[in-house]
Amino acid sequence: MPIGKVWVFAESDEGKASTASLELLTKARELGDTVEAVLVDSSPDAIAPELGEHGAAKVYAADPGTSLTGVMGGAALAKLIEEHKPDLILFDQSYDGRDALARLSAKLDLPTLTNGSAIEVDGDSVTVATAIFGGNTIVKTTFSGPKPFLACFRPKSFAAEAGGGGAGEVVKVEGVDAGRAGEAQVTDHHVEEREGPKLEDAEVVVSGGRGLGSAENYEPLVEELAKLLKGASGASRAIVDAGWVPYAKQVGQTGKTVKPKVYIAIGISGATQHMVGMKGSDNIVAINKDAEAPIFSIADLGVVGDATKVVPKLIEALKAKGG
Amino acid sequence: MNVLVCVKQIPDPAVPGELDPETKTLKREGKLILDDSDAYGVEMSLQLAEKAGGGEVTLVSMAPNDEVSGLRTALAMGAAKAILVSDPELQGSDSLATAKVIAKAVERAGDVDLVVTATESTDGYTGTIPAQVAELLGWPSLTFAKHVEIGDGKVTIQRQTEAGYDMVEAPLPAVVSVTAGVVEPRYPSFKGIMAAKNKPVDNAKVADLGLSGDQVGWAGARQEIVSIEAAPERQAGEKIEDEGDAHERIVAFLEQLKVI
Repeated sequence: MPIGKVWVFAESDEGKASTASLELLTKARELGDTVEAVLVDSSPDAIAPELGEHGAAKVYAADPGTSLTGVMGGAALAKLIEEHKPDLILFDQSYDGRDALARLSAKLDLPTLTNGSAIEVDGDSVTVATAIFGGNTIVKTTFSGPKPFLACFRPKSFAAEAGGGGAGEVVKVEGVDAGRAGEAQVTDHHVEEREGPKLEDAEVVVSGGRGLGSAENYEPLVEELAKLLKGASGASRAIVDAGWVPYAKQVGQTGKTVKPKVYIAIGISGATQHMVGMKGSDNIVAINKDAEAPIFSIADLGVVGDATKVVPKLIEALKAKGG
Repeated sequence: MNVLVCVKQIPDPAVPGELDPETKTLKREGKLILDDSDAYGVEMSLQLAEKAGGGEVTLVSMAPNDEVSGLRTALAMGAAKAILVSDPELQGSDSLATAKVIAKAVERAGDVDLVVTATESTDGYTGTIPAQVAELLGWPSLTFAKHVEIGDGKVTIQRQTEAGYDMVEAPLPAVVSVTAGVVEPRYPSFKGIMAAKNKPVDNAKVADLGLSGDQVGWAGARQEIVSIEAAPERQAGEKIEDEGDAHERIVAFLEQLKVI
């Protein structure tokens, strides 16, 4: 039995609806009688049609101005909840999704379930599954407090599919006041140049770890291979912590979840922290010196060898084929 | 400038975690260590206080059994003092309850200009506590910072985004969460380790913070764990030793998958 009204805190990405928002809306269609989205964006009209096609009958839209999207999201949601009484709100475990969820939860004194990978609804009973310990254990938790239930999901938990709905009706939300929280102002955006697809959307992901030996090897081995395979480059937490590459590249529990067609792990031993973010990949190739490395226990093709020797030869072979 | 930095003492992540089937909480009986993620927050706080030319760095930690081993590490790095909230009533606390405890500890510390946290802990990783603390305090939150500057009563950060980063600024007091790798945490010196033994640790209970038992722990969490199951395992495939030609096998594998 579905639950009454399900909302999705939708986000935009480079002027379009984010993939994760569409995934959540697709799932929401299964869960609720009514599905609506709440969007904090300065140009909602460009994003609402896609949200509508994926299930949002209405798109409540607030303009963040120069305040942070998540902060305004929390305030907008609090205001809207009072009036429209949703039963369940789904968030993406993104930067702004977590900000909005956290602000809202503290504002309304509501508990949250985070890092979800699946959800079951039976009337008013809502259960969220979360993978812990590197994905080897699944914990299912049911909300037992007041509604709305607030649940946050890792990207790629659900498949996004258009449902043949019309364009979402945009309902403008005015007068959202985040109080002192709104004083955090965005003064500038820096877009870092990216070649190729995004990490979460790439068909091929090439990630590097400590086994690269040094920060200088990341570009010629990992990035070069990713480029040749028209994929994206990622990293283990160890080399992010070491400052070799920025946090945005981190794949794992405290980073991004990826499910590409092929995941190539170079010099990554496979700490549980990393595996939870990539073990859902269709195919896994691992190159590591240590034959006992845990990564080999989930690799479809494991190469025991020195990444700094194997990868240059691989790159050369691919170039020879391509050229 | 006074900085309060949140630190979590966690079981060694290198040792596989286990849930207690009785209490359904993470087993945290062994020695706890300072979460690696928090070492960046501590280092950042020390650097900001030093640059500001004065003020103290105070630690706040919530831990079972009056655990201090992780706190001592952060005190040895240079923090001046610590507030440790340890109370059996806290068992089962979710992120919101934890945020309530931290927000109350900020009030207890008094005269705090900036609260620094990690982006998320290594073991719980909800990533919601920084903004929850800020909301409870009524302060701005600047999350996912990869660079932090303080000046003219303002904090300015580079906030990680999907596309790059945003410059975000807010008047103090504020909460900032920092991503790993933003600074290089110092190793405690011998002198620091010795000094840490005598630095004050203020032990507080839930009631001392003005919170009631039903706001924290299992009662406050308002959620129930209904099952704990092993996830379906992924099988290992072919494993080869590199004899100088392993790349050929990889090329064949990629061809078979039609990605090249």
